[in-house]
Amino acid sequence: MIPRYQIVIFSILVLASLAMAGMLWHLRQKAHERLVAGADSAPTKAPEVAPAEKATLLVANDDDNSLLPQVHSLPLPADPGSRARAVLARLLDIYAAPNATHPVPGGAASVSQVFLLPVAGAANRSEPAKTNTVIADDSGAPIAGGPEPSHPEMAVVNLTGKFVAGHPSGLETETLTVLSICGTIHANLPQVTEVRFLVDGQQRPTLAGHADLTRTYLVGEISGPTSVGETSAVPTEVAHP
Amino acid sequence: MPWIRPAAPLLFAAINLAALVVAVPSTAGQSTTPPATAPKPAPSSPPPQTPASPPAPAGQAPQAPLPPAAPVPPPRFVVVLDAAHGGDDLGGHLSSGQLEKNANLSLAVRLRSLLGARGISVVTTRESDQSVDPDRRAEIANHAQARACISLHTAETGSGVHVFVSSLSPAAPTRFAAWKTAQAAWVTRSLGLAGVLNAALLEAGTSVTLGRTPLPGVESMACPAVAIELAPERDSDHKITAEPDDPNYQAGIAQTLATALLEWKTQAARPDVARPDTSSSEGRQP
Repeated sequence: MIPRYQIVIFSILVLASLAMAGMLWHLRQKAHERLVAGADSAPTKAPEVAPAEKATLLVANDDDNSLLPQVHSLPLPADPGSRARAVLARLLDIYAAPNATHPVPGGAASVSQVFLLPVAGAANRSEPAKTNTVIADDSGAPIAGGPEPSHPEMAVVNLTGKFVAGHPSGLETETLTVLSICGTIHANLPQVTEVRFLVDGQQRPTLAGHADLTRTYLVGEISGPTSVGETSAVPTEVAHP
Repeated sequence: MPWIRPAAPLLFAAINLAALVVAVPSTAGQSTTPPATAPKPAPSSPPPQTPASPPAPAGQAPQAPLPPAAPVPPPRFVVVLDAAHGGDDLGGHLSSGQLEKNANLSLAVRLRSLLGARGISVVTTRESDQSVDPDRRAEIANHAQARACISLHTAETGSGVHVFVSSLSPAAPTRFAAWKTAQAAWVTRSLGLAGVLNAALLEAGTSVTLGRTPLPGVESMACPAVAIELAPERDSDHKITAEPDDPNYQAGIAQTLATALLEWKTQAARPDVARPDTSSSEGRQP
C-alpha cells in the first residue's frame, strides 16, 4: 500500500512537469514568432550599388575573325575577382543576344567564378613581366596596358558545363571565345597576365572540341582590333604547362 | 714535379685537337632532327607513300662512273592530309545534321584525289572513321618528312575558309626539338604556306580569314603546317548558300587547295623551303 503522502508528492511532480513542458512550448513559439518577424522586417538601409565605371570588352566577330574593343559602362565591384566576373558576364551577355557577331548561348550565368592568384615564380620570369602591352581602340589610342605590373596575377575562369555544352564547335569560334575572355580580363585588370580555364571546377581538354583548355594562356600580347588578311589576326602566346 | 709543367699545355692542345677532329665529321651533315615519335610508346607508323621511280631504259650498258659533281636528286614532295576528329571524337555538328568528322574525311578524300592527279604524294592520317590520337597524327607527319601538313576541319559558324597557323613563337631550329613545340622551328614556313593558300583562295573568290591559335597535334609536326576550317559559304546578305559538307562546295575548295599546293611545290624547289626556319625573326610575312 502506497502511503498517502507519496501519492500527493508524485501528483505534484507530475503537475509540475506538465506545467514546465507547457511553458517550454510557449517560449519556443514566442521565439519562433520573434525570428519570423525579424526576417520579414523591412530593410532599414538601402543596398549599396557599385558605381558605374567604364569597362573595355574585346568583342569577337565571326565574320572577320577579329576582336574589337568596345567600351561599356557598368557597375563594377571593388574586389578584382568579382570585377573580372562582372565584365565577363557583360561580354557573354553580348554574345547571347540576338544578332550577335559571335553567337554563343549562355549569357552572364556562364561564368561561375573568377579566381585571381599570384603567378608562380613571377619574380624569376622575364618574358611576360617585362613586355609592354597596349590594347588599342579603333583610333589606335591605348585603352589599357603599358608596362606590366610588378606582381602579375593569373586568372582562373571557372565556366559552367551548360555554357560549354552549348558552345558552337569550330576552330575559329572557340578560339575567339577564349581570346576575347582573356583579352577582356587583361584590358580591365592589367595585372592579369595569365589565364587558365576550368569547367565546373574541373580541367577539360577542349572548349567544344578544338580550343585547348588545358594550357595557360599568356594574355600580354592579345591586341585589337584586327582585320581580314592579317596573318596574325588573332595573336596569342601559349605557355605549355 | 717540374717536368710536368712544360708538358701540360702540349697535353691540353693535343686533347683539343682530338676533340676538333672528332667534332668536324659530326657537324658536317648536321640538321635539325624532327621528333619522329611522341615521347610515349606508340605503334610504328605506316610508311609514307613513295612515288614510283621511273624505270631505267632497257638495253643500256652500264654507264661510266658519275662525275663527282653529280646533281643531287630533289627530295620528294609529300603532303600530309589530316582529317581532324574521327571515331569517338565526333567534332562539331554541322547545320545540315552531318557530323564534322565525316565532312572532314570527305574533304580529305577529295583533296587527296586531286593532289594525286597532280603527281603529289599524299599521306593521310586516317582513311576511315577511326580515332587517331593527336600525337599519332604528328608522328605520321614527321615520319613522312612532309613539305606541307594540312589539318582539315569544318564548322557551322563563320564563312568561307579559315586558315590557322600555330601560335607558337618562331624559334631557331635545334638538333633535338621538343615534342610539344616542334612546330616552332617551322612557324615561318607555315605562315608562308598559309600565304600561298590564302592567295589561291582569294583568287578563287572565296572569303578567307587568317589567324593564329594553339593547335594540339599540329604543334608537334615538324613541317610547314596549317589548319584549314571550311565554314559555310554565304552571300552578301550573310545567308548560307552552301554548307561545309556540300559536295560541290567541297570540290571547289579542294580544287583551289590543290592548285595552291602545286604552287607551294614549285616554291619548295627552293632549298630554303625544305628546311626549318633558319632565323627566328618574328613577324615575317609570307
